[in-house]
Amino acid sequence: MERHTSRREFLLAAGGVSAGIGLGAVIVVEPARATPAATQEAIRKMVGSARINPGKVKLELPPLIENGNTVPLAVTVDSPMTEANHVRTIHVFTEKNPQPYVVSFHLGPRAGRAKVATRVRLADSQSVVAICELSDGTFWSDSADVVVTLAACLEGGI
Amino acid sequence: MASALINVPARAKRGEVIEIKTLISHPMETGFRRTQVGALIPRDIIRGFVCTYNGSEVFRAELHPAIAANPFIVFSTVATESGTLVFHWTGDNGFSVTESAAISVE
Repeated sequence: MERHTSRREFLLAAGGVSAGIGLGAVIVVEPARATPAATQEAIRKMVGSARINPGKVKLELPPLIENGNTVPLAVTVDSPMTEANHVRTIHVFTEKNPQPYVVSFHLGPRAGRAKVATRVRLADSQSVVAICELSDGTFWSDSADVVVTLAACLEGGI
Repeated sequence: MASALINVPARAKRGEVIEIKTLISHPMETGFRRTQVGALIPRDIIRGFVCTYNGSEVFRAELHPAIAANPFIVFSTVATESGTLVFHWTGDNGFSVTESAAISVE
C-alpha cells in the first residue's frame, strides 16, 4: 500500500512537472504575432488615407506550402512602365507573421516591366497582401490565401 | 564573407527588357528566435538592396525579417547603354557587400 501510493504520487508529480515544462516552453517559444488589425495599421501607415483598389496587381504564391521558411513569391503589375505611367512601389504584408512587413520594392520607368520576385518566410496559414503605388498616386492590391504545413520560426532553438 | 551570385545577360539589344537575378548568402536571423535556454538571438538581417546602372538607381528594395535566408531578388531593367550594373546590399552589424556586372548593349 505504502509503495503503491508513492509510485502514484511520483507519476502524478512527474506528469505535472512535464506538463508545466511543456506549457512554459510553449509560452517562451511562441513569438509575438501580428494580427489582421496590426496589418491594416501597417498598411495605413504606408499608404496614408488613400483608397486601395482591388486589381491590376497579381500576387503569385503556391497555395499549399510545405516549408514556410522559403516560399517563392512573385508580384506582377499590369502597367506599361512609361515615364507617365509606371509603378512606384510594391509592398508586401502578412497577417500572422511576427511583423506585418515583408518587403518593399521601389521601381521606376527604367524597370521596363513591373515584375519582381523573391523568397519569403511565412509563420502560419494566412493571407498575404501585395499593394502597389502607381505614378499617378493610386494604390492597387491583391491578396492570396496560403496554407502552410511547416511554419517558419518554429524550430525549437539552436 | 558573404558571397553573391548575380545573373545578368552579357549582351542585350538596346531597349530590351532584361531580367536580373541576385542571390546573396546571409542567415537573415529574424530576432524572434530563442536559444534552448530562452535567450533571444539578436536580429541580423539585410535591410536594403540597391541596383544602379551606370550610376543611376534603377531598383531598390527594403527587406524585413520575413525574407528567407540567402535573399533572392528578381527584377528587370531596360538595357539602355553598355556599362556596369552595381549591386549593393546593406544590413545589420555593418553588413555591406558590393558586386558589379558588365553588360554590352548593341
